[in-house]
Amino acid sequence: MTTGPLEGVRILDFTWAWAGPHATLLLSFLGAEVIKVESHHRLDHTRLRSLMTGPTMTSPDHSVIFHDLNVGKLSLTLNLSQPKAVEIAKRVAQISDVVTENMRPGVMERLGLSYDDLKTVKPDIIMLSSSAVGATGPERAYAGYAPTFAAMSGLAHITGHADGPPMPLSGAVDLRVGTTSAFAILAALYYRARTGKGQHIDLSSTEAASALIGHTFMDYSMNSRVQTRMGNHDHMMAPHNSYRCLGEDKRVTIAVASQEEWDALRRVVGDSRLDDERFADASSRWQNQEALDPLIGEWTASHSQEEITQALQKVGVAAMPLLDGRALVRDAHLRERGILEPMQCPLIGERLTLSPPWRFSRTPAQIRRPGPLLGEHNQYVLGELLGMSSDEIERLVAEEVLY
Amino acid sequence: MAETALDGVRVIEYCQMISGPYCGKLLADLGAEVIKVEEPPAGDAARARGPFPSDVPHPEKSGLFLYLNTNKLGVTLNLSTASGRQVFQRLAEQADVLIEDRPPGEMAKLGLDYASLSAINPRLIVTSITPFGQTGPYRDYKSYHLNLYHASGHSSFFYVAPQERREESLVVAGGEVGDYDGGLAAAVATLAALFARLATGQGQHIDISKFEALLALERVAVALFANMPDPPPWPGMVGGLMPCRDGYVVVTPVQSHQWQALMELMGNPAWAQDEKCHDELTRAQHRDKIQPLLEEWSAQHDKEDLYHKGQALGVPIGPVRTVAEITHWPQARQRGFFAHLDHPQAGRLEYPTAAYRMSETPWRVERTAPLLGEHNEQVYCGRLGYSREQLARMAADGTI
Repeated sequence: MTTGPLEGVRILDFTWAWAGPHATLLLSFLGAEVIKVESHHRLDHTRLRSLMTGPTMTSPDHSVIFHDLNVGKLSLTLNLSQPKAVEIAKRVAQISDVVTENMRPGVMERLGLSYDDLKTVKPDIIMLSSSAVGATGPERAYAGYAPTFAAMSGLAHITGHADGPPMPLSGAVDLRVGTTSAFAILAALYYRARTGKGQHIDLSSTEAASALIGHTFMDYSMNSRVQTRMGNHDHMMAPHNSYRCLGEDKRVTIAVASQEEWDALRRVVGDSRLDDERFADASSRWQNQEALDPLIGEWTASHSQEEITQALQKVGVAAMPLLDGRALVRDAHLRERGILEPMQCPLIGERLTLSPPWRFSRTPAQIRRPGPLLGEHNQYVLGELLGMSSDEIERLVAEEVLY
Repeated sequence: MAETALDGVRVIEYCQMISGPYCGKLLADLGAEVIKVEEPPAGDAARARGPFPSDVPHPEKSGLFLYLNTNKLGVTLNLSTASGRQVFQRLAEQADVLIEDRPPGEMAKLGLDYASLSAINPRLIVTSITPFGQTGPYRDYKSYHLNLYHASGHSSFFYVAPQERREESLVVAGGEVGDYDGGLAAAVATLAALFARLATGQGQHIDISKFEALLALERVAVALFANMPDPPPWPGMVGGLMPCRDGYVVVTPVQSHQWQALMELMGNPAWAQDEKCHDELTRAQHRDKIQPLLEEWSAQHDKEDLYHKGQALGVPIGPVRTVAEITHWPQARQRGFFAHLDHPQAGRLEYPTAAYRMSETPWRVERTAPLLGEHNEQVYCGRLGYSREQLARMAADGTI
């Protein structure tokens, strides 16, 4: 196996749910060894039967949701309500480079696993604490999930139809938070490699989502303007919409920025009504898009997604089908790019999972193993890494320290 | 001044609009020296896209450009001239990273692709950001945020109840967030390659597809469809978006203690004792009965009031907020999420900073976004050793 860019980096991972695990998932793709601390005492709720896993799931090791968010990681079951488990966690921290956690601010302190605690056993440790609104400030104890991050970041308010409600988006917001966390950890790793200094990173999930729509805040600062929902329209471009095509529930998006693109679109559509003065330049097209959209829609309605996409792309106009889950997994481009990878899971069976999102020419990112069973790597971590004897480990199991 | 995380890292950014510049900004804000290369005479297309103060277009006053280009040096360079390409090579020779967002094949035509540049600088990392990546049938397709967002399935994974109102969900996310996602994915990969280079001493090429960067954020949904050709429709959680007297809140009472806390917030209504409310699965099954009861209640309250009272009881709840409300939010202000920066042309404005507080290497501002060609002399004379006369000639002959 070739080496990933983070070969040799070890991460002790106390995160759960979606955002934190996505951060360490990305780092594991990059070659880091991620040891996920879990416990029957307090299961990652993505391992529990839920709406997402469906009602028929039989055990915490059968959750496909957990699997897809935790491929490549190792699992160590530590019951942190026991002081001995906390001691073991510290010993693993001592041989790790990074510690990650997304418990409510204050919980790691109570457990004796705060940054200050871990710094005493590993002076150059890097620790990421990810929370809903940050580890400082009057609301630091507040909790949240992807939909509340979308709501409180400003993203939901500007997503939706002009005459409809805001859209809190989906779990993707959590994964955005996780990607932001991975970036901050990598910066800290780079800094540590050159200076020998670790540090603590306090990340606010809500701020992470706000940073990804930063320019909308600039509009407020400049003009006191509160941008609001505008469906599929744009502030400058027109046409800029999703249009129905031939076939049931099929749509294509078309966006035009320049005069060249407009002229090319007009030639392909071949409707003389588009030569109207109302559509002559970008600003008049934008002013008159209510009249323009139905004309484009008339044309798209009689063609397939593929016909429209190919005809317009050929002349340099941005057009793409609107794809859903079914279409995506069959998409020719994604297949050729090899975005799905089969994993052999001991209990779930063969499962396709999404490949890492970047292509490195020299140090490829890869998925090293399927998602771990609960405690699957207790022996490796305690025996091989910490050098404990089988007797000691068995005793810890009996005492429900390893649980 | 505190040390920075990426002190001494030299980056050339040859990108426009959002994805590439956001990647460059993330690195620049943590201390990398990012030289932004813009094509004269107009420069980055973001300069022509607002928001502008009072909506008057001005190339130095675009809010989009100002936000995405903090801490960078700016030079102009015309790569359609042979001398421009030569200057670019010299910049790349001294750089650790090149971020570029030209359509696949274009840098090769200029003789400035990874293969050519690594021959003169084997330590160089080249990060290429394109809509669909460097390979595959769509590689030459053009795509704006609208197209990519809908193509990557994101709008199809929005849940709007009831199913008959699904049409509502087919909207692009606001704020071009999907373009930022491409830049963030690229920044993660770029840092990973820089870290690897500490050990190997070798650069490499990174191929970032914005399409796949977006797809990666829906990995749970994509895997669901990949393994089950026809998964049952998502029934929708009870709670979610709920109307208030003055807007909306979002509630995610998924686990039982969270549901209990919500019921407490509602004053423990009698209907909550019903078997239908037993767990997340039964509640979802009877969503059409339970949801109206929740909404009827929430509509009588104010969003901030529900937020603070709910959070005090342990309900994961958040108000849908506008940029105005967030800008004045005490939590964000106390954490220093906003910074006032003075720009010579656009004036004093308030910028969002970053979501991470790094104890040793804090986010900081050394300079606001560069004026077009602001650092030509500093970079071309100071760094590359051209004389003032040569610089004047390069300006006159259209090289810069």
